[in-house]
Amino acid sequence: MNFKAVWAIYFFEMTRFFRTIGQSLISPVISTSLYFVVFGTAIGSRIQEVDGISYGAFIVPGLIMLSVMTQSLSNASFGIYFPKFMGTIYELLSSPVNFVEIVLGYVGAAATKALFIGLVILATSALFVDLQIDHPLAMLAFLILTCLSFSLFGFIIGIWAGNFEQLQLIPLLVVTPLVFLGGAFYSISMLPPVWQSVSFFNPVVYLISGFRWSFYGAADVPIGLSLLAISGFTLLCMVIIGLIFKTGYKIKP
Amino acid sequence: MAIVEIRDFEKTYAGGFQALKGVTLDIEEGEILALLGPNGAGKTTLISAVCGLVSPTGGTAKIGGHDVVSDYRAARSLVGLVPQEIALDQFSKVADAVRFTRGLFGLPRDEAHIEDILKKLSLWDKRNERILALSGGMKRRVLIAKALSHSPRVLFLDEPTAGVDVELRRDMWEIVADLKKDGVTIILTTHYIEEAEAIADRIGVINGGALLLVENKDALMARMGKKELQITLREPVTSIPKTLASYALTLSEEGEMITYSFDAQGEATGITALIADLSKAGLKLADLHTKQSSLEEIFVGLVGESAA
Repeated sequence: MNFKAVWAIYFFEMTRFFRTIGQSLISPVISTSLYFVVFGTAIGSRIQEVDGISYGAFIVPGLIMLSVMTQSLSNASFGIYFPKFMGTIYELLSSPVNFVEIVLGYVGAAATKALFIGLVILATSALFVDLQIDHPLAMLAFLILTCLSFSLFGFIIGIWAGNFEQLQLIPLLVVTPLVFLGGAFYSISMLPPVWQSVSFFNPVVYLISGFRWSFYGAADVPIGLSLLAISGFTLLCMVIIGLIFKTGYKIKP
Repeated sequence: MAIVEIRDFEKTYAGGFQALKGVTLDIEEGEILALLGPNGAGKTTLISAVCGLVSPTGGTAKIGGHDVVSDYRAARSLVGLVPQEIALDQFSKVADAVRFTRGLFGLPRDEAHIEDILKKLSLWDKRNERILALSGGMKRRVLIAKALSHSPRVLFLDEPTAGVDVELRRDMWEIVADLKKDGVTIILTTHYIEEAEAIADRIGVINGGALLLVENKDALMARMGKKELQITLREPVTSIPKTLASYALTLSEEGEMITYSFDAQGEATGITALIADLSKAGLKLADLHTKQSSLEEIFVGLVGESAA
């Protein structure tokens, strides 16, 4: 294992992040604050409580998940797309590193950034609502697993994408709607029965539900199922990445 | 033992295009080998397949005895690659970019070594500048610095002087000569014949994915090189006198210059007899001048033959 190479990639990616630390942090803080103002105040005045939790507090886990998922995707997809686009990928291919090391470096950095932003949003939320975290370890575990799995997913998108439009396509067209429809801002139990059943086909429901459980002990789906869903997704992404490197898909003709 | 051993190396792309048709080539440690060929000849594919950018579809390549596919870590550790295109993270600082490459090769930080490389390549003053602020020539130097960051024993330079001005090209040649002094084996591709002529020890000519020949540069030029004797006449003539018909002569359009081609390696060049016969024919000479055919002419001849 070439750990120095993993570190070199990780360090390089993190340097890029810290170079634009202002933008990296200000935008999630502002958007979170906006969500609180708009959702918390406007909607919260009509929906007082969900599952016995104030609406403002109820949306915190969903908000964090929304940012963490989109950040993981964009960080990881951009992270590997950029060398492909600039041609600097020649360096990765001609150096003594294997794909596990490449993935560890890029995905590790993308997940770290997303985790960092998730924690900043959590801290920002604490300024607006009274936070309560019943299972802090489970909360962290869910957060980290989500960062990791969506960074892996983002890595796949970055390899697949042939241009900047495609890079945005899946996050915008698939992931954001799934998150909004995945109970980020409401409980699935508030939906009519038909839509409840439909929602259970949305994988994001399991993630948000599990994450919310770690805060308030209440969930739309059993916690075991949530864990299974996220682990399964992580595994699937790993298998796909393995196949990508085995076949050299889009990187090594 | 050759430091690079390439055997029946093949690459057929998914679309069916065969870019390499069984290339076999040995490269000795410490030499400079120039791979010469027109655009699309397979030069870059050959380098890419050896360095790991492209998967070969047949044959083997070994570097320092390590197979580039099955034992890629050991093989690649010995290799530095300077790509044809300027591919750099524009926002990085020069020294960071070089450190990054060294890290990829699994080596610990070594600031003294990086300072040494940057100074050699006249980049030391620019070490804290962002790459986007550098000129094209400086960027090319950064690519070389990165390739040297892990002290490779073999350096592949893919068209190091494509689109580079004359002065910078000379600089590049000096850099290559210095590296050779340090014992680095250098393989460079080029389609500038004068470049190969100026710096290479051996020359390989590649076209259509096949290696047409590899030979010592001087031997190649001597073997293939025809010499020409150009004779300028004091008074122009309309045709070559019949008494000189046995010589291979051509007359210029204005009739003032006669060119005689001969083999410089041959036993008898025929020059003495020709001069005697010229004066017998009553021609007065104004000037004599011999010319060795350049590698370019040899190259055009070779590529033309292979195309025919």
